[in-house]
Amino acid sequence: MSEIILRDVSKTYDNGYQAIHQIDLTVREGEFMVVVGPSGCGKSTLLRMVAGLETVSDGEISIGGEVVNDFTPGERDLAMVFQNYALYPHMTVEKNIAYSLRLRKLSGQEIQRRVTEAAEILSLTDYLKQRPGRLSGGQRQRVAMGRAIVREPKAFLMDEPLSNLDAKLRVQMRSEILQIQRRVGVATLYVTHDQVEAMTMGDRVTVLRAGVLQQVDTAQTLYDRPHNVFVASFVGSPSMNLLYATLNGDGTRLQVGSQSLAVSAETFVRRPTLRAYVGREVIVGIRPEDLTLEGAGETLVGRIGHIEALGSELIVHFGLDARNYVVEDKGGSAEEVEELLEETALTQHVRNVARVAPRSSVTTGDAVPFHVSMERAHFFDLSTGESIW
Amino acid sequence: MAVTSTVAPLRRRRSRRSVPWGAYSLLAVFTILFLFPVYYLIIGSFETPSEALNGIQAAAPTHLTLANYHSLSQEFFSSTITGSLRGFYTVSTLVSLIVVAGGLVVNSLAGYALARMKFRGHRTLLLLVIVLVIIPFQAIAVPLYYMLSGMRNTVVVQALPFIGSAFSIYLFYTFFLNLPPQLEEAARIDGAGPWRTFLQIILPNAKPAFASVAILSFIQIWSSYLWPLMMTSQPNVYPLSIAIGNLVKQQSTPNYGEMFAFGVLLVVPMAAFFLVFQRWFIRSVASLAVKG
Repeated sequence: MSEIILRDVSKTYDNGYQAIHQIDLTVREGEFMVVVGPSGCGKSTLLRMVAGLETVSDGEISIGGEVVNDFTPGERDLAMVFQNYALYPHMTVEKNIAYSLRLRKLSGQEIQRRVTEAAEILSLTDYLKQRPGRLSGGQRQRVAMGRAIVREPKAFLMDEPLSNLDAKLRVQMRSEILQIQRRVGVATLYVTHDQVEAMTMGDRVTVLRAGVLQQVDTAQTLYDRPHNVFVASFVGSPSMNLLYATLNGDGTRLQVGSQSLAVSAETFVRRPTLRAYVGREVIVGIRPEDLTLEGAGETLVGRIGHIEALGSELIVHFGLDARNYVVEDKGGSAEEVEELLEETALTQHVRNVARVAPRSSVTTGDAVPFHVSMERAHFFDLSTGESIW
Repeated sequence: MAVTSTVAPLRRRRSRRSVPWGAYSLLAVFTILFLFPVYYLIIGSFETPSEALNGIQAAAPTHLTLANYHSLSQEFFSSTITGSLRGFYTVSTLVSLIVVAGGLVVNSLAGYALARMKFRGHRTLLLLVIVLVIIPFQAIAVPLYYMLSGMRNTVVVQALPFIGSAFSIYLFYTFFLNLPPQLEEAARIDGAGPWRTFLQIILPNAKPAFASVAILSFIQIWSSYLWPLMMTSQPNVYPLSIAIGNLVKQQSTPNYGEMFAFGVLLVVPMAAFFLVFQRWFIRSVASLAVKG
């Protein structure tokens, strides 16, 4: 049993700032749980509370069935990988990996056995006698992993361990970390601001915003059924297009700016609550891949701002004569952010994104009809931001 | 075409030739200005007293002699009244050892606490340290004299006021502030307590700071004059700096050759100390190895 369970956990600093608000979270045995959110959302604080590097203001943290609120970091039997690896610069790779074992007074033979095994798993055998300063970023990352796995801890904690690596190495290390975690099979809490990392690595993903837990689910569920407009906009890259829209009096059409889209009866079957919003303003969310250049059905005409050719697809940025809904990140309300965006004329009319087939014939400045897959559209309450189901 | 091809190499040659002679000459003058006293001190110590004062010729002597060193050792080793050279060295070494070793322990811990620990009055204490840095020793010498007058003519009293040093604390403080806190956090998670973390993780990575503080405090204490002058009146507790002063006072006609020789003897340990620690003094290792 090595679950990590957070019950009603809060963190308030001495200056009164509340970084974490009553979080309930369970990381199951062997589970790879990713905590994701924008910078400053409290995800690192949460991890540090589990590690014992920050005190818990309220609530209870238990690891392996034992409440650890009053335990020192050393007593919690966890291993942590830091963003900057925090390898001891004056020790060789071998000593770095063995340090925690030496402190636990394991026999020399046992230390040797574990270090050798870890070095083999991580392909570090040739570097054991070198100091971290002479290793590349990826190798340092492996040493940090080695330091974590030799301990055979109850759980792994990882604080943005890949953000110091270049893009290619990051992708490679992602799978390496996952493989090691599967092999060791302990509960892992992994913090990142990179939602692609979160989606690709996590068995489940926790989305955090301003210290408040938004949703805990598998990556696919977060993508398909986000609980609120924040999760909808945060998960997915490029992010979901969010527009102010109004359901007309009989609920058959959705007015988006000067254009309108037909709403099928099936939409109301799938989302019964939407019925209550007939005649009201809502936020409609459309994923970039649900806007296509070919196909049938309803269209929205947009003027193309710029095009990013990624080879496998085109990311088309376009403007609509409809108001975009802007999700506030942190600091500053949605209105403030929106005002700021209104001022920057360049982005004013090209805030929507479509993901279309490569070699599509589109040109900057063209007015193009985008086909909308309405059955895949999302609806959110304007005042609460909650998903309408 | 032909014109451009001849002009271009010319221009290049000229730019390669344009050595900033003006700047170099100025630098040369300053270099000589700074190095000459050191050279004069060393060369003068191997000259006879009359030669040592012989104007510009003193800088290029015809023959060198060890007489000054010989007579110095004669005078000091034999005489029990004025104290022995070995005695002065012993006192200076002991005082410096206490100040440097004690200072490294006390000031590093204070700097570490200020850089890392949260406690009531932290800001005030830090401010106090900064204020203390700018107060000259001369300002507190008299009150200190009254406080410690009971300990006059001891080795310890010569060292005592210099062990705790606001300047050293501040130096350590800024160094520890820049050391990545994740190192300590990693050690805590590995199960190390605060003392072990300090000794096994922080200390080995703080060599540049320790070397800097050691060098600076050694130079300061080795050549200190005012405090030992106030606190000592017996030759057996005189440090070198006082002894050289007494040498001048003792001689009816000052023997500059001997004075130069004594000067060299005073400087050599400082230079040696610096040479031993300078590689850490200059190098800053920790940040290099930690960041990716």
